[in-house]
Amino acid sequence: MEKRVTFKGIWLPLLLVLPQILITAIFFFYPAGQAIWQSLFIPDPFGLSMQWVGLGNFEYLLSDRFYRASFITTAVFSILVTVVSMGVALYLAILADRLIKGSGTYRTLLIWPYAVAPAVAGVLWLFMFNTRVGVVTWYLGLLGYDWNHVLNEGEAMGLVVVASAWGRISYNFLFFLAGLQAIPRSVIEAAAIDGAHFWTRFRTIVWPLLSPTTFFLLVVNIIYAFFETFGVIHTITSGGPQQATTILVYKVYSDGFVGQDLGSSAAQSVILLVIVSLLTVIQFKYIERRVHY
Amino acid sequence: MKHTISILAASAVLGSTHAATAATEIEFWHAFTGRLGELVAEQVETFNSSQSDYAVVATHKGNYSETLNAGIAAFRAGEQPDILMVFEVGTATMMAAKGAIKPVYEVMGDGFDQSKYISSVSGYYTSPEGDMLSLPFNSSTPVLWVNRDKLQEAGIDPDTDLSTWEQVGTILDQLKEAGVSCPMTTAWQSWIHLENFSAYHDVPFATKSNGFDGTDTELAFNSAAQVAHISAMGEWAQDGKFIYAGRRNEGGANFRAGECALFTESSAGYAGIKAEAQFDFEVRPLPYWSAVASEPQNTIIGGASLWVMEGQTEEEYAGVAAFMNFLSSPEIQAKWHQDTGYLPITSEAGDLTRSQGFYDANPGTDIAVIQMTAKEPTANSKGLRLGSFDQIRTIIDEELEAVWAGDKGAQAALDSAVERGNALLRRFEQASR
Repeated sequence: MEKRVTFKGIWLPLLLVLPQILITAIFFFYPAGQAIWQSLFIPDPFGLSMQWVGLGNFEYLLSDRFYRASFITTAVFSILVTVVSMGVALYLAILADRLIKGSGTYRTLLIWPYAVAPAVAGVLWLFMFNTRVGVVTWYLGLLGYDWNHVLNEGEAMGLVVVASAWGRISYNFLFFLAGLQAIPRSVIEAAAIDGAHFWTRFRTIVWPLLSPTTFFLLVVNIIYAFFETFGVIHTITSGGPQQATTILVYKVYSDGFVGQDLGSSAAQSVILLVIVSLLTVIQFKYIERRVHY
Repeated sequence: MKHTISILAASAVLGSTHAATAATEIEFWHAFTGRLGELVAEQVETFNSSQSDYAVVATHKGNYSETLNAGIAAFRAGEQPDILMVFEVGTATMMAAKGAIKPVYEVMGDGFDQSKYISSVSGYYTSPEGDMLSLPFNSSTPVLWVNRDKLQEAGIDPDTDLSTWEQVGTILDQLKEAGVSCPMTTAWQSWIHLENFSAYHDVPFATKSNGFDGTDTELAFNSAAQVAHISAMGEWAQDGKFIYAGRRNEGGANFRAGECALFTESSAGYAGIKAEAQFDFEVRPLPYWSAVASEPQNTIIGGASLWVMEGQTEEEYAGVAAFMNFLSSPEIQAKWHQDTGYLPITSEAGDLTRSQGFYDANPGTDIAVIQMTAKEPTANSKGLRLGSFDQIRTIIDEELEAVWAGDKGAQAALDSAVERGNALLRRFEQASR
């Protein structure tokens, strides 16, 4: 059966996609074009003058070893955030899926953190791990562990990852739970009758059937880790100690809005744009092949 | 509570609309909240009720960086305020923006007497030709805060001499031995331990008179004097004698809670420490290394100044001049100095404060003034005028953290900071050409 809808002329389909095209043009192509244009100049902050430098901003950035190092930092950060938030969410979703009583309450409670803005989440975690008055720091101190994310790079990274992943767990949980509940009970029951244990059932039935959800969440979470975690970094570490938590998007902000270096900031946005486009293409080309719809 | 707020808000709205119909409105964007915000509002209110030609409308625009950004964005949109508060590290950015700013000496007109301003304060905001470009508003300088009770507990005479870092080093040893968990901490490490350190020991922070003589300046804070200081601090950090709390003034919480014996922080920390400290505290001059200098030069300021934006009417500029004259008047300035702990911007205000007996009643509050004004500033101690300086400070913070964590030696860290900072200075030079 032909699933595709076919139109006769060109005008009706064009009219139907026009709103989408308009929105994309205004909110994506126009600002992206502006960023590309600005990345070719060194402007002064007040917009009084602009100097054409061609690819000078890119040369300047890529020759800076600290900028190159922040690619690694971003990769580590994004992978950790994605793995932690998806892993925990999947675990919780599996538990919730098996619940019969009180699952509504459980779900509602788990969704709450999603309503907390990243910057606020950052402050909350910062309070708990504050080196002087933090509750967690105090308990760790009782156990003989001296928590100091102000100077310890690994601890700082761990803290921003946990704070960024926390709110995200709710979001992922919702999707995983919906995905799990869409798997027909009969298939799982049949496997159970055949003697398949929980892990076998999970590996051979649940995981493959859940793959569209997992794939969607993977794409969305990586984009989240790349772009929306800025508030958390800003409130907890400001990119420190040293450059341990300076991820690419945070550098775009600090160079552009703190340092007033708009040329460099625009060039960094363009680089970020390219990376995310590449990542998405790779995901759709290679990982999507292993997804069963 | 809610009612009082809404009544206040309503009266504020009514008040400003009433004023707007009667007088020329002067927009003033600032970065103060809390107690300081109230004190600014009080100044504005006093000015507005003292005359009927002008009405200053003060608006809080976020922290220092956010206020500067708001001003820049507004200028780009052609809706800039009359007066914009800019922190001292933004000075070079503002100076380079000819066409966006109107120098204060031009606004003030012919009868403007610049000599009444304290030169070590106003010098930071003065052109190489000696013209005042912006009006110093809130200025402070770093001093050493001492928790006398903590010294006493550790068996140290609280009146012990702490004027040199050598002496401080000995005391830190004793504090550590006595089991004090935080012998010393600091706020604003780059400002105090590199920028002020350099001025105080009369060594250059950057070439070209710290950038006063041109944007082709290069950083120079990796010389022997600074390396010696940072490496001593690094050793103290390794031994647990210097506790690093963060890039801004996080260390203040530790000191005010009574955990730390010594604390290097701005003189403007006075209000907060006085309000919270449950112990006997004291202000001392910032220590110096007697091995580097036989006696200290002056320290430099931090804080913010008021810039006048281009593109307003003559009438508004007359109002701005009136407001700035009001802020500079001895009574208003003396009150500001006493309320906030910021330095007075005119010597008259300092004299008035002394004659009112404030320094006698609050011992140590004049230390900052003396430290700033004891010596005529040199090319190394007039201040700093470096582009992209906010980012350079971040670089310095990063490199110093590497020293405190024991990952890098002082020389390597400062060399790296200079190299990275110079790259930013070259970009700024290019942007402002």
